[in-house]
Amino acid sequence: MLNASLKELSASLAAKEISSVELTKLFLARIKALNGELNAFITVDEEKSLAQARAADARIAKGAARPLTGIPVAHKDIFVARDWLTSCGSKILSNFVGPYDAHLIERFNGAGAVLLGKTNMDEFAMGSSSESSFYGPVKNPWNPACVPGGSSGGSAAAVAARMAPAATGTDTGGSIRQPAALSGVCGLKPTYGLVSRYGMVAFASSLDQAGPFAKSAEDLALLLNVITGFDPRDSTSIEREPEDYTRDLEKPLSGLRVGVPKEHFGEGLAPDVGAAVEAALAQLEKLGAKRVPVDLPNSSLSVPAYYVIAPAEASSNLSRFDGARYGYRAKDYVDLADMYRKTRAEGFGEEVRRRILIGTYVLSHGYYDAYYLKAQRIRRLIARDFAEAFKRCDLVVGPTSPTVAFKIGAKTADPVQMYLNDIYTIPANLAGLPAASIPCGFGAGGLPVGLHLVGNYFSEAKILNVAHRYQRETDWHRREPAGLKS
Amino acid sequence: MPLTPEQVRAIAELARIGISDAEVKTVQAKLNDIFELIGQMQKVNTEGVEPMSHAQGAALRLREDKVTECDQRELFQSIAPQTEAGFYLVPKVIE
Repeated sequence: MLNASLKELSASLAAKEISSVELTKLFLARIKALNGELNAFITVDEEKSLAQARAADARIAKGAARPLTGIPVAHKDIFVARDWLTSCGSKILSNFVGPYDAHLIERFNGAGAVLLGKTNMDEFAMGSSSESSFYGPVKNPWNPACVPGGSSGGSAAAVAARMAPAATGTDTGGSIRQPAALSGVCGLKPTYGLVSRYGMVAFASSLDQAGPFAKSAEDLALLLNVITGFDPRDSTSIEREPEDYTRDLEKPLSGLRVGVPKEHFGEGLAPDVGAAVEAALAQLEKLGAKRVPVDLPNSSLSVPAYYVIAPAEASSNLSRFDGARYGYRAKDYVDLADMYRKTRAEGFGEEVRRRILIGTYVLSHGYYDAYYLKAQRIRRLIARDFAEAFKRCDLVVGPTSPTVAFKIGAKTADPVQMYLNDIYTIPANLAGLPAASIPCGFGAGGLPVGLHLVGNYFSEAKILNVAHRYQRETDWHRREPAGLKS
Repeated sequence: MPLTPEQVRAIAELARIGISDAEVKTVQAKLNDIFELIGQMQKVNTEGVEPMSHAQGAALRLREDKVTECDQRELFQSIAPQTEAGFYLVPKVIE
């Protein structure tokens, strides 16, 4: 059961081979056994989860089940859920119990899924290693001395360690795809605007997008069917006809044009990662795809532009944390300004404070044109590069991350080195394109490597089609970490 | 141009984040590393390129002017640090 696909779990629930209560207990037990070591979850609440599981069982008994009814799903602790602590990995929200449900949570509740727990993450989703959480670092299930990637590292680790059959995350610069790659699971960031941001704690609003983690592309498609769709409460939610993301999974790949950007295979790419990605490209060719060289000439500017745009938007979004209406408030202060200064100095961790300072500076009087406007112009160039590439290919394929998972603590002292982890993933956020990472082999130390698939706007079904056909021929996505207790 | 300690203090004040004298130097060093990275943007000529603020470039939607939220003051204030008679309490601002 721990290794079963969502489709298999659904079938077992429908056939009454297992109840949702039994299934939920199974995963809760697994979490209990492993979370001490991995720290993937911030909050687990057996009572609440089991109440939902009982409701799901009643729904199944009535014959009113939908594809995810009764299936436990773990959610990144960035999604507000009613009566659940929603900390965003931060001390400043460490007492924030959600007074409402995020759109994504509503969708899973509506589908009859069970909220299995809230997963650990980099504070305010700012990071690539899940080390900056107020609740301590998440460990990589393949090697607990290593990071699982970030910022959605708890969700990635939970799926990798089979503590959850599926999970959710958010991706502002790679925060779903990079941890998926480093933890050996599948993750997808949809087209910007496809999943409502309502109730998702805001980091950089023009880039933030929610998406699923799972063991296979097929599972991702089922999850995407639940979470996508128009929501008037998010001003950037896109109004369009709902899609069935499973519809093209089986389509043959003959004639598929796979764009390979040389900029993502150059300096900085570790040889072990490069070799695994090359082998995956060869496998796609065997399946009938054609390799097309493409150029993303402004790719190297994506990290500098991102570190203007994302902190700028973050500094504005995070101004709401002032100790007045909710969250942590400093104990001693002399006046209102002092209350703000102390609350924010004590409530935010180092990386979050740093990004607020960067954002405040680049938006300050006299610097706006040189930084923010310049970055937005580069953003346009990066989006144009993709538009050119997609004239010649159907998907852009390459490595998700330049290296396999690194040791905990290895990059915490050097923010710039940490930021460069997202060099291949950030361009898709800046352009707003959908992109996935799927396991494609192992590198140094037996650690997983991720294959990055970027599609044109709204081409999620195509990305999942290619990933699914690849997964029919390979078993990288079925491998699980050895040596975990229980 | 690298940031000076005075600039770091001024930015922190704008952001309403307390910063101790002991912290200024390390914060300054790390910010300057990051601004060196950001400085790579200047390598490319972006003259005439329209700034891109949003992936879809969509205009904001308009909606009918009607009430969409119900009154949940008590619920929302139940998680506030300090309230009184339906108001959020903060230190006195006006003498």
